Amino acid sequence: MSFRAPRILPVLAVVFLTVGFGLVFFWTPNDADQGFIQKIFYLHVPIATCALIGFIVAAVQAILHLRSGDPKWDVRAYVSIHISVIFGVAALVTGAIWAKASWGAWWVWDEPTLVSFLIVFLLYCTYYPLRYAIEDRERQARYASVFAVMAGAFVPLNFIAVRLAETLIHPRVFATSEGGLPPKMLFTFLVCFAGMALLWQTLCSFELAAKSSRAKLSRLRRALEGDDVAVAGSRIAPVPTEARG
Amino acid sequence: MRDLRRDYNERAVLRGVTFELDPGRTLVVIGPNGAGKSTLLRILATLLRPSGGEVEVLGAELPARAWAARGRIGYLGHEPLLYRELTVRENLEFNARLHGVDDAERRMSELLDRAGLARRATEPVRNLSAGMLQRAAICRTLLHGPELLLLDEPRTHLDLGATAVVDELLGPAEGRARVIVTHDLEGGLADADSALALRAAGDVAYVGAASVLSPGDARAILEGRL
Amino acid sequence: MSPFRAILAKDLRTELRTLESVPAMALFSATTFVLFRFGLDRDSLEGSLAAGVLLATVLFAAILAINRVFVTEREQGGFDAIRLAPVDATSLYLAKVCVLMLYLAAFELIAVPVFAIFFLDTAGGLPALAGVLLLADLGLAAIGALVSSIAVNSRARDLIAPLLLLPLLVPVMIGAAGAAEPLLLADGPSYEGFGKWIAVLALYDVVFCLVGYAVYDFLLED
Repeated sequence: MSFRAPRILPVLAVVFLTVGFGLVFFWTPNDADQGFIQKIFYLHVPIATCALIGFIVAAVQAILHLRSGDPKWDVRAYVSIHISVIFGVAALVTGAIWAKASWGAWWVWDEPTLVSFLIVFLLYCTYYPLRYAIEDRERQARYASVFAVMAGAFVPLNFIAVRLAETLIHPRVFATSEGGLPPKMLFTFLVCFAGMALLWQTLCSFELAAKSSRAKLSRLRRALEGDDVAVAGSRIAPVPTEARG
Repeated sequence: MRDLRRDYNERAVLRGVTFELDPGRTLVVIGPNGAGKSTLLRILATLLRPSGGEVEVLGAELPARAWAARGRIGYLGHEPLLYRELTVRENLEFNARLHGVDDAERRMSELLDRAGLARRATEPVRNLSAGMLQRAAICRTLLHGPELLLLDEPRTHLDLGATAVVDELLGPAEGRARVIVTHDLEGGLADADSALALRAAGDVAYVGAASVLSPGDARAILEGRL
Repeated sequence: MSPFRAILAKDLRTELRTLESVPAMALFSATTFVLFRFGLDRDSLEGSLAAGVLLATVLFAAILAINRVFVTEREQGGFDAIRLAPVDATSLYLAKVCVLMLYLAAFELIAVPVFAIFFLDTAGGLPALAGVLLLADLGLAAIGALVSSIAVNSRARDLIAPLLLLPLLVPVMIGAAGAAEPLLLADGPSYEGFGKWIAVLALYDVVFCLVGYAVYDFLLED
């Protein structure tokens, strides 16, 4: 298996994001309640949504890995989770900025979406120590996939539970832009969302291509210099291998 | 029992290992430490999956149809696979239920008698000496009447008297194939129909009739000279 | 179902003989309650604080049991013995879920009365609380058996299990605390929102039992 670096995808991602943010600043009206700061919505929400969808995508890839036993799906699931965790950091940072600007605090515990996102993020952070704790590569891949399936099922359940918990104690004070976006806002949001999804996919493809060429390089080195050459690379990232047989 | 064929090759631990074993026959596996003898047994026992090559045990391809071979193999490894807090008899009962052995009571009593463990059967396994433990593990291995025995140095920890008892229990029998890993070259080769010698790198030094391989040659393989 | 019963019986027999899990959990919970009693400096608790104290204690006691539930299989060859037999991996999983359920239920039979004596003014909510705890136990057991099976085969067993368990169990804790809170009010139990929380717990239990059932095979291979 080898992954190639994408050509069109990065161009598309850049185009969509540029157009999207152009619309955000020059076309979309300011929010009636929150004013200019609300525009971070077009960055924050797409990032967070992409991260969550990425986790679900990883769960699907993990299922494919378990069913087929093909290590390429493990590599894909690993990369999906990896990029989504990075997106998760970005979502938490942009979320905190938004919270500070509009609610006056960096973190608000009674906002269910924030809290659920944090729990999901913390859960996926344990993916790395889990992989690190299992030395046998094949077993590591299998256990990581089992984890990805469990965590994938966990994401929606967690959102349900946290949302219920918060509405019981606090009625939703911060009625944000929910309940129908104005058409201009919705269009801009969709463009930004598409751009962010394309960026996610682009980053995944580049990461896969990088892994694949690193693995190829170390195979070539071994072929040249013999079996004793130490294999470069981390102990937890799966190594793309050539298809057997 | 159908004919038994196993080809196996893996890059790292074992490579290019190819052999066949017919029902009722015995294969002895020799080789220096770290040559992958125990790995080979664990693969045959369906406990480890092969990373490449074709393996067929009792007519079932591994790893795809491993379930078809499970329960028909008797595996005696380095670990006794017995719970320390349970008595010998409870351990055997547990394994009998896992394997769905029909006349478990009679079978257990018979095996315990023959292994000389009848008097110690109600003691927790943790109280047993190493030799007793090995005998209990042998009872577990034989409990379900396996068609293939995989024995990893079956005589470890046994004194002379016990060795005779164990040899009788684990000896050749009608329709029961055996793969034995051993360091006892003379005894092992005399016992076996065919032999497989592994080098330290995990590749095959010799495979063929046991009678052709002299203990001297076998020793040379173990010492890495051949 | 015979392998399932064999594994279950084997585990319970071992537990009765060694008294390794349940007494340790009970002792742990008693100590924790004493700590809370001093730390919070109150004569009685009610509502969300009472639910929090009880469920946090149950959660950490459960982690004690979850950490241990596969140790014998790993260290004394149980995994190998079971895999040599013509036994479905799910029998092992279901047996371990039941074992954990039984441990947790036995532990709660001791811990909840102690909790009531220490902190509660009324015991009216306890029957309904038992139901909530049973549902929470199933969630703890279903997740616990999976995570424990992963952790026991890794290098840092004692680290990996709690690390994975705590975030995964957040919804169980939220659901159980949400249901328990109105049951533990000082002026008698109220059943406001009870059904909703029970539904969350039940949904969680069902989903993770199914996930465990589906993926457990892959944890047993080598």
